[in-house]
Parts: sequence; structure tokens; C-alpha cells
Amino acid sequence: MRTRADRLRDWAIGIWAALALIYLFIPIFVVALFSFNDNKGRFNFTWEGFTWRHWQHPFSVEGLGPALEKSLIIGLLATLIALVLGTGIALATVRHRFRARGVVEQLIFLPLATPEVVMGAALLGLFLTANFARGFVTILIAHVMFTLGYVVVTIRARLEGMDLHVEEAAMDLGANEWTTLRKVTLPLIAPGIAAAGLLAYAISIDDFVVTNFNAGQTTTFPLFIYGAARQGVPPEVNVLATALLLTVLALMILNVLLQRRLARRDAGARPTSAAPAPVPEVLTPGTAAAH
Amino acid sequence: MSSAATAAPAAARGRLSLRRRRALLTYLLMGPGVAWLVLFFAIPIVNQLWVSLQTGNADTGFQQTYNWSVYPDSISQYTDQLFRSLGYAATATVLCLVISFPLAYFIAFKAGRWKNVMLLLIILPFFTSYIVRTVAWQTILADDGWLVHRLQDVGLVAHDGRLLATRTAVIAGITYNFLPFMALPLYVALEKIDRRLIEAATDLYASRVTAFRRVTLPLAMPGVFAGTLLTFIPALGDFINAQLLGSSQQYMIGNVIQSQYLVVRDYPVAAALSFVLMALILVGIAVYARLLGTQTLRESIA
Repeated sequence: MRTRADRLRDWAIGIWAALALIYLFIPIFVVALFSFNDNKGRFNFTWEGFTWRHWQHPFSVEGLGPALEKSLIIGLLATLIALVLGTGIALATVRHRFRARGVVEQLIFLPLATPEVVMGAALLGLFLTANFARGFVTILIAHVMFTLGYVVVTIRARLEGMDLHVEEAAMDLGANEWTTLRKVTLPLIAPGIAAAGLLAYAISIDDFVVTNFNAGQTTTFPLFIYGAARQGVPPEVNVLATALLLTVLALMILNVLLQRRLARRDAGARPTSAAPAPVPEVLTPGTAAAH
Repeated sequence: MSSAATAAPAAARGRLSLRRRRALLTYLLMGPGVAWLVLFFAIPIVNQLWVSLQTGNADTGFQQTYNWSVYPDSISQYTDQLFRSLGYAATATVLCLVISFPLAYFIAFKAGRWKNVMLLLIILPFFTSYIVRTVAWQTILADDGWLVHRLQDVGLVAHDGRLLATRTAVIAGITYNFLPFMALPLYVALEKIDRRLIEAATDLYASRVTAFRRVTLPLAMPGVFAGTLLTFIPALGDFINAQLLGSSQQYMIGNVIQSQYLVVRDYPVAAALSFVLMALILVGIAVYARLLGTQTLRESIA
């Protein structure tokens, strides 16, 4: 029985939810808006008129292009390494029982629950103690380290929902472990690996804190923006950020449409409700396994 | 006869080697990844203790002197920043909970076919870089900005007052940046609730408010716990918001660790503080695990 007070409460919750979403988007609007700002000096804090100028030459700021390139490369390499290492851990911990399991579980869990500043500082301490020069390699090492846990958790969520018997059937039919892994297990967990890869890449290219500690003289995209923030971030950064966001948005919409079409095909002529968007799963490692 | 006698041990040997092969495969699969985590996560954390006990300076080098007094010294020197970090992180966590609970509730129970769109909308802003988002808040709160002027017009901010470089700005920044870490686990917990339980409560003449308080809320608690942990821990170590939206009056323990390591290059003090921060968090997690059970805790985070 819905009373008038109940209806009022529903409205209040709805309005609150809408306001919360608007709050989340306020800085994004500002970022997009100020990519069109015709700013006169170095600062880009006050609105001084509209211009396409920054969109026409997004890489005109010195150092911005190389920094972005470095971030993209490090992200790609770190993701690949983390995927190989993480798939191994995920397979081993789901499939097999072994004595050190508790310790391994802690090793996966703890980096997810450690503040970045502690991880960054600790790693720098190690490199200082070992007298190891900071740069591209140390950034890569760090990025693999802190994306690995997310990769393991995401792939494991997929593995746990998988039917073990398929693997057993393959082995019964004479396939050895390697063939089974290659021909049966990996294709089955491929969506999990893809989701883990996207997540790792997104975390890697956005990392500031750990990178800041272990970068030496190397500058990644987040480090560049942070450095620029002291003298005013150039609007070209806003252009790239907005462009990146629009790309992600386009991919998401495309993905939802694709899923919807696939779901419709699977369901025949039956009308389907909203197709599950895979992106929430991609971006919520903390919740993916909880499903 | 003789063939049967030899076949049995051979079969046993075959089984044994299969089991050993299995074990070998397990270690081969996880070995490299585990080694990476040991070498670049576990050892560095322990190494912090070693570094913190050294004395010397960055130019002439550090020697191990087992200088335990670095702990009481650095803690007493940076007590303000430690407590400020705890206070800011706790306030931001509560704000995140207050903002995102109705949002998560709406998405889980009322959004219908808009559910996925709304979840995307929560995540989408976070595809913009953390630093870019925080710099955007800098623009919004800037002294010459539109917002400060409007607030001055209504008298909420004094005429020479500002929003940047205040406690409010830093806490608002942290709240903003960690909101999805609260909203998403809350949503997952609420989504998992069996709707029939709520129906049963209302069928048994509970009002909708009572049903919420006695059924929905208790069942959402795992989400609240997970969200709290996922928000509080990174917030505790954050230094970007204090750096970009605050002044030295708002510096948190993360700012101290960062500047001691990278600017002052007093590695022992930096290592000591970061070791203390890690210890605080491990104690916090242990208390949480006690309350919830380790399994629930790990499940809710991972």
C-alpha cells in the first residue's frame, strides 16, 4: 500500500539521485567548457570567450604529446605483462589446492587495500636501497605490481562461473594440460581477460601517485598535468581529456547497442529488456567478484 | 600373473607423477606473478622498516643505525597531519555514504530500464584523469571564479573570503574523487537483496519505512562496510586534493610522505611515516575482519 508519504519519499530519493549525478558531472562540464576557452595568459581559470583554437592544435603544447605517448605505451606494456601473470595466478588459485594458498590470497588482496602513497614510497625505498635508477622501467614495474590484483580478481570472477567439466572432458579425450589451457580454458575466460585488460589499462594510464614516486626524470600524462597545474593547465589538456571521454562514451554506446542486438538475436523475436551493459563489470573490480 | 604384479606399482607411479605434474603446473602458473608481488610489494613494505631506522642524509648517504627514535620523533612532529588525515578521510567517507546511499537505492529499486544507463553515468566521469578532475575543481572554486562571487553575493562567503585553500575544499575534493568506491558496492549489495523479503515485511503490515529499516538496511550492511573501507583507505593516503585544493594548513600525512621522500629527501622519516600509515590501515582491516569475518571482508573488497 503506497501512501502519499511514500510517494513523496520516492520523489525525494529520485531528486537526490539526480542531484548526485549532476554533482558527478559538474567538473566534467567544466573540463569540456574550458577546452573552448579563449584564454589570454597561461591561466585557464576564467572564461574569456569561445575559440576552436585548442581543438585545432591539441599537441601544440611542448611536452604534452610525448607525455601522452609514454603513458599509452607504459599502459599497454603493463597491461600485457599483468594479464599474463594475472591469468596464471587466477588459474592456479581457482583450480588447484596448495599449502601456501592463504599467503598468496593475502598477496593479491593487500595491494588492493594499500594506499597508493604507501606503495609508491615503499617501492621507491626499494629502488633507493638497491641503487636502481628510476625511469621507464621502474614505472613499468610499479604499474604491473598495482594492476595485477585487479586483473586476478576480474579473471577469477569469470573462472569461478565456469564449468570445470569441460576441461575434464578435454583431458579425458586425450588433450594434455597445455592443449586444454590453450583450446578450452583460455577461449572460455577470454571475456574476463578482456575486461581485466581494459581495467588494468585504465588504471595504468591514470596513475599519478605511484608513478610520481618512481618516475625519475620520465614524464607521463598525469605527471605532465600535475606539473602544469602550478603554472596553469593549458586548455589543450582539456581538449585531450574531453576527446578521451567522448571516445569512451562512443565505445560504451556501441557496446550497449551490440549487446542489445546479440541479446535480441539470441532471444529470437521475443522483445528483450535492456541488455546488460558490460562496462559496469569492467570498471568495478571491487564488485565484479561479488556477483 | 607377473604382469599384474608389475602393472600395479606402475599405475601407482603414473598417478603419483600426474599429481606431481599438477603441483608443478600450479607453481609454474602462479610463480612469476607471485614472485612479482613478493619482490615489488611485500619486500618493499618490509624494507620500509629497514630504511626508516637509518640515519644520514641524501648527499653523503645513509647508514643503518637502528635509530628507533625516528618513530616517536616523526609521529610527534606530524601529529597534526596524522589526525587531520583521519578526520578528513572519515568526514569524506560519511559524506560519500550520505550522497551515494539514496543514489544506489534509487538505481537498485526504482531505476527500472534506466539502471544500466545510470551506472554508466556514475562511472563515466572517472574516465577523465584524476588530476584533470581535481584541477577542474580548482577552476570551479577559484578566487575569481563564478561560484565564489555568487556565494559572496549571498553572503555565504565573506567578501575577502575564499573557497580554495580551505578544509571544505579539500574534503569536498576527496568526497568527489572517491564517490564511486562507495556508490558501486552499495549498489551491488542493494541489488542482491531478495525483493520477496521486503514484500513479505509489508504483507505482514510493516510500513514501508519499517520494512526499509528492519529488512533493507541490515541486508545492505555488507555494501556499507565494503564501501566504507574502499573509500576510507585511499582517502587516508590521498595527498592530491590537499595539494591542489588546499594549502599547507590542510596538508595530510600523504603530503608529508611525498615531500619528505621527493623534496626534502629525508628517507628515514618518510619511510617511518609510511610504515606507520600502513600499520594503521592493517590494524583497521584487522578490526574490520574481526567484525565481519575475513571471508566476507575479502569478498566485499575483491
